[in-house]
Amino acid sequence: MNNNPRKKRAENMAYRSMKDTTLLRIFVLPVIILLIVMNVFPLFWSLVLSFSDYSAKKTTNWGVNPEMIGTENYSQILSDPKMWNRFITTAKFVLLSVGLQMILGFGIALLLHQVKFFGKGFLTTLLILPMTMSPVIVGIMWKLFYNPNYGMFNMLLGLGKIDWTTDPNFNLFGVVIADVWMWTPFVMLLSIAGLSAVPQYLYEAAEIDRASWWYKFSRITMPMVYPLLLVALIFRTMEAFKIFDVVMGITGRGTTAPQLLSMYLYNVGFVTWQTSYGSALGYIMLIMIIAITSIFIKYLNRAKQ
Amino acid sequence: MKKILIWLLVIVFTASLAVSWMGCKQKEEAVADSITIHWAQWAPADNLQALSDGFTEETGIDVIVEQTPWETFVQKYNVEMIAGSDAWDIIVADSQDVGNMAINGHFVELTDFVKEKGILDAFLPSAMYYYAEYPKGFERYWGVPVEGDALGWAYRKDLFEDPDNMAAFEAEYGYALDVPESWDMLKDIAEFFYDPDNEFYGVAVYGDNGYDSLAMFAEQTIRAYGGDLGNFETFEVDGYLNNEGAIAGVDYYRDLYQFVPPGFGDAFFVATNDAFISGIVPMATNYFAFLPALANPETNPFADVTGYFTCPPQVGVDGVERQSVALGGQAASVVSYISDEKKNAAFKWLEWFAEEETQAEWATMPGSFTCHEAVLNSDEFLSAAPYNPNMKESFTLFQDWWAVPQYDEMLRTFSEILGAYIISGEGTAEGALQEVTDIWTGIFEEDGYYDPDFDPNDF
Repeated sequence: MNNNPRKKRAENMAYRSMKDTTLLRIFVLPVIILLIVMNVFPLFWSLVLSFSDYSAKKTTNWGVNPEMIGTENYSQILSDPKMWNRFITTAKFVLLSVGLQMILGFGIALLLHQVKFFGKGFLTTLLILPMTMSPVIVGIMWKLFYNPNYGMFNMLLGLGKIDWTTDPNFNLFGVVIADVWMWTPFVMLLSIAGLSAVPQYLYEAAEIDRASWWYKFSRITMPMVYPLLLVALIFRTMEAFKIFDVVMGITGRGTTAPQLLSMYLYNVGFVTWQTSYGSALGYIMLIMIIAITSIFIKYLNRAKQ
Repeated sequence: MKKILIWLLVIVFTASLAVSWMGCKQKEEAVADSITIHWAQWAPADNLQALSDGFTEETGIDVIVEQTPWETFVQKYNVEMIAGSDAWDIIVADSQDVGNMAINGHFVELTDFVKEKGILDAFLPSAMYYYAEYPKGFERYWGVPVEGDALGWAYRKDLFEDPDNMAAFEAEYGYALDVPESWDMLKDIAEFFYDPDNEFYGVAVYGDNGYDSLAMFAEQTIRAYGGDLGNFETFEVDGYLNNEGAIAGVDYYRDLYQFVPPGFGDAFFVATNDAFISGIVPMATNYFAFLPALANPETNPFADVTGYFTCPPQVGVDGVERQSVALGGQAASVVSYISDEKKNAAFKWLEWFAEEETQAEWATMPGSFTCHEAVLNSDEFLSAAPYNPNMKESFTLFQDWWAVPQYDEMLRTFSEILGAYIISGEGTAEGALQEVTDIWTGIFEEDGYYDPDFDPNDF
């Protein structure tokens, strides 16, 4: 125990003399170090690997594994016709899934916002339940729903024996339906937030001017909700590009699964251990996602102005 | 004085020798008090845990069998080994991985151990060859076979022996309905029973090509009709995988696949058993280790009328009759990255597990198949389960996939390209096999397997 009052005072002075910025740096430093070690370094390391021929499965031997091969992985990916089919399938999935989520999510939000009824809050809570579930569970659950022999999806809709999980003509739609089911509530929730924020007096003023429903929707509702819808669009597009867990649950990772880029990336990265090739593909996907979201963010900034 | 000095020196020298010998002996015998075994999540792993209680009683060493679901089993132990992990002391790994594990130094070489302990002589030569040896033909061993397994068949005796079915079948095909004596006959039976309007289908075979299920079934038909996956010793693929026999074998699989129930594009062991249990197929294929569910009346309402048969022979396109069964199962190997104490405990467990008495107990557990020759030939084993005689027969017929370190890339290309033809009907068997042949040849070429000075044993 330190009972020396002089020494105590000197210690207190030392603390007091520490600047706020120094203290701030001390507190932030562990987080920065953690980020560099866990995120920044692996990101740059995978970039380096994408220009090499490296397999994590083989013993590391510099010059042999990894061996620097320049842009060969990238040119191989971009010149492979099968890979272009995967790009197209992924684009189809993103367009269909995100498009439906936006339409349905916003539509349901409009209905819930405009119609007043008993138990609306409870219904809203029920509607958001799918997005609170684990994607893997959702995938497995839909796989059971889709089973052509005993699944209830075909049975309820009277669709006979359609195979939504492995038939190449239907499996993409099978995944789209499950993803829409899961993530429409997310769009709905953001839309409800946007709709609730529209000042009521704008509608009252429009009522006085005898404005039509369409006029109120296109001139008041949409411009006010638009920024939040764009946020939903950005999030959903990013997520849809890298969808993995739901697809894995529904169709597995074989060739009878929809040939999405994320599934292929998993196969080359963690099944056949073509680490460099997988890194290059990962970077191509990253560039694509950044490019698309940049466009959306540009519109978002414009909407804010 | 001189004498005393000499005597003193002798005493000191002897004492120091004795002390160092005791020290060495102590170090050599230091044994950990527990070991962890990693295996896939299935009934045989539960059996292994129960069986190992005997080892704990005998030695005081605790055994924990850690199980990982099949979907991620292979990846999980590969990731751990890449990281040089000591999380597990023994891994019961897939036979295809033996080359990768040996070359990259993940497993301890057990050649001397299996020779000294008599395991090499006691276990089936074919099991030691496929489960434990790498490179093939060089007599270097990396594991002790734990689970011998192979693809087999279950069929509905009540349907096969039904007089109406028998008469109708004979009228249509010109020979008696019976347990398939050839792959051609098996297809005829599947076609005969196929009645989708009444929700009854001809056969349940694998359709999943995410890992090795489709590949394992395909290798049987390819070999039965006169093709092969290649030459395991020269690494030649051209002329084996793309010959007429291989094409006929793949075409056969595609034809047979037309009689499966809907939604079989991702069918593996659960789906084929489910189809059989739900009574929508007259016969289903599966690894023998999954057949206990079909022999159990609590899980299979048709258990009393379920019979079993071995993969049939077939006269190939060259007129030669062949019979080939795809091998499943795994061997136990000691991880390189563990401490000497853990290694000693792991070796003790392996030695105990390989004993005839332990193997005899192992063989009585449902779904656990021994590779111990004497136990396998015993009446106790043959009468322990209705499918055991077929399992024993399969041991003489089974053949494995490539066990080279490149097997995963080879497996993926094979499954992907042939799966597209067999399941989805894209392209032709000839085109698909030629594409796989070219890719595999390219893989071996790139890794120097065809270089004149290439020595697979040089690692």
